[in-house]
Amino acid sequence: MGIVGQLDDCRKLEFGEGDRGATYSDFRTSCSEIGCAARKPFFRVTRVSAAKTHRPLSTRATSKNQTIAPHKLYLPTYKWMLLARVLEDKLASLYRSGKIVGGVYLGRGQEAFSAALSVHLDQAGGDVYAPLIRDMAGRLAFGEALIDPMRTYLGSPLGPMRGRDGNIHRGRPREGMLAMISHLGAMVSVVNGVLLARRLRGISGQVGAACVGDGATSTGSFHEAMNQAAVEKLPLVVAVANNQFAYSTPTDRQYACADLVDRAAGYGVMGYRCDGTNLEECLTTFGEAVRRAREGEGPQLVVGTLLRLSGHGEHDDASYVPAAVRKSALAADCIELAGQRILERRWAGEADLATWKSDAVNQVEEVLEQVASEPVPDPTGEAWCSLSVRHLCEGNLGA
Amino acid sequence: MNVTYLDAIREAQAKALAQDDRVFLYGQDIAGFGGAFKATKRLAEEFPGRVLDSPISEDAMVGLAIGAAIDGMRPIIEMQFADFSSIAFNQIVNQAGTHYYRTGVPVPFVIRLPSGGNKGSGPFHSQSLESLYAHFPGLVVLMPATVEDAYTMLLDAVSLDDPVIFCEHKMLYYHLKAEKLPEEGLPIGKARIARAGTHATVVTAGAMLHEALKAANQLAEEAWDIEVVDLRSAKPIDTDTLLASVARTGRILCVAESFPWGGLNAEVIARVVGEGFHLLDAPPMRLNSRDTPIPYHPNLWAAHRPTAASITTALRKLLGF
Ligand SMILES: Cc1ncc(C[n+]2csc(CCOP(=O)(O)OP(=O)(O)O)c2C)c(N)n1
Ligand SMILES: [Mg+2]
Repeated sequence: MGIVGQLDDCRKLEFGEGDRGATYSDFRTSCSEIGCAARKPFFRVTRVSAAKTHRPLSTRATSKNQTIAPHKLYLPTYKWMLLARVLEDKLASLYRSGKIVGGVYLGRGQEAFSAALSVHLDQAGGDVYAPLIRDMAGRLAFGEALIDPMRTYLGSPLGPMRGRDGNIHRGRPREGMLAMISHLGAMVSVVNGVLLARRLRGISGQVGAACVGDGATSTGSFHEAMNQAAVEKLPLVVAVANNQFAYSTPTDRQYACADLVDRAAGYGVMGYRCDGTNLEECLTTFGEAVRRAREGEGPQLVVGTLLRLSGHGEHDDASYVPAAVRKSALAADCIELAGQRILERRWAGEADLATWKSDAVNQVEEVLEQVASEPVPDPTGEAWCSLSVRHLCEGNLGA
Repeated sequence: MNVTYLDAIREAQAKALAQDDRVFLYGQDIAGFGGAFKATKRLAEEFPGRVLDSPISEDAMVGLAIGAAIDGMRPIIEMQFADFSSIAFNQIVNQAGTHYYRTGVPVPFVIRLPSGGNKGSGPFHSQSLESLYAHFPGLVVLMPATVEDAYTMLLDAVSLDDPVIFCEHKMLYYHLKAEKLPEEGLPIGKARIARAGTHATVVTAGAMLHEALKAANQLAEEAWDIEVVDLRSAKPIDTDTLLASVARTGRILCVAESFPWGGLNAEVIARVVGEGFHLLDAPPMRLNSRDTPIPYHPNLWAAHRPTAASITTALRKLLGF
């Protein structure tokens, strides 16, 4: 990964070694130095070979995040990914056997990109996180208890949504994890609101992260919120998981720019692109993006390129995904790749990987057993009140 | 002292900002410029950093308010016109309206909607959207009709732990005046008998209250004694006060500036018929604006919405039944 400013006359501006603080305005300054001020510059973070540019960000001792040895972050992230995969496999089987109503939406193939963001977030330190439908790994890594997704999918009254909402529509807003609504793009401005509230109270150094897919980037809500965050220079990190499809719609029916990261220049925010199947690259990219946001450099837009390795939901066989795409590098399984990497680097052995996997299986079985024995929601005990100020409720009107 | 309805809204916001650090204002042109109607005049100077201009992004404005409210703030959002809140519809009904029910975390904020028609305002600067928002669970919808209510209800709205859609009427901004601002008013959710009477009840809210009062005064010259109820709140509806009034008069006419299909009038009538059928001596009636977009020319506009004259006509019919 490197930072490359690209000008519209195809000349490139590369930021060299020691430029960790390079920002969009630095880029503009550099542009004007070479006489391109009047042009329409845009910048892009592309994958450039390490030899051509600087050393990988992860080994540069430039900030707190970067001084951590890679496997210190890599291995825990891998375990979250694994736990998410095992849990989601279980949810899929519960759905197929009719134990889960509604739908099941998996983040299969997106675990690296999802978890790599939230391992850089500090829930206890006040960071806020708005995950979306493919972010099981990110949610767990952020601090969601394993029992929360299980209870929410099974509609347990003891879960955070108490049977009132289900599946991916869950959160604990008081603990920094917002509860997504279905309407795509709508969560980004809500994160902006939390961040603005912090600013108004004089709090700095906390970041907010919002996750969306390629399809969500086409909504008005998304555009409004990106622009709003940029205007207010909020410490927002937006993760766009470009998994090539929005339900069945391929990206060429979704947007016409060359790359979604090009949008960053239009919003006036920092943009990054990374290979979403490569955990290391995801970690370094998000490490950089989160650090910049935390240090006050404003919103950061990270686009990860990957493929959804499942249907849109478990009801969908994704037969519309062309064979060529299924066989492409995009279809690599990030968990397999990360496992191989761990073995190659000798950060752990085969036996460790197997133990981690069986630990994950045991944890999932344990919560399933617990939730299966829990009570189910009782409509007669339901308050039917959608206001916290009880005496103003009209909840029993239609009954 | 002479305070207008608009002054009351400005003063209520000033007081809310002064007494509660959690309050901030967010909307288009509201900081240095003081708002399209000057409802936030000089507040940015008096409360630096707490009155913020927003981009023209109604969806994101409300999304931001929700996020801030989740985080413990009490934002007041100014829509430049009620009509533009349609852009924020999703955030209002799906995000704000569902949040407490789904998560148990309330979202206390206020959206001010400069509502209703004026001469020449046309289809997109005249709407009355209270019925639309009242339809959705999780929102409180208020409609102050007096200077006093504009002041106390806005302060109460800011104190309330749930989202409030505050429908303030543009027509009342400059013309409605009071001697001074009150210390306190009726609680949220309570209707007010604006004029006591015995022959028929008119149930209304917002600017229509003043048309209804004119109609009642006119009929008083013919010895008809009309009761006028100011709903104050479209949601919740104070059904008890309505039923008590119908018990006195046996006749009800509902008047609203919103479009006729469904809505507040229909809801009031459904409740009165459902719970007070035995109290009625005549079929309930309603008057709304017509089922067309709100027309531009004053002649068309005046014939589009209920007026004192059309209310008087309707009342004669109701009384003659
Ligand atoms: C505003 C809105 N329109 C339509 C939908 C229905 N819908 C749910 S997910 C989805 C596809 C989303 O695609 P993308 O944003 O790329 O995310 P992905 O599912 O690929 O992770 C659609 C169309 C929705 N949830 N919200
Ligand atoms: Mg997609």
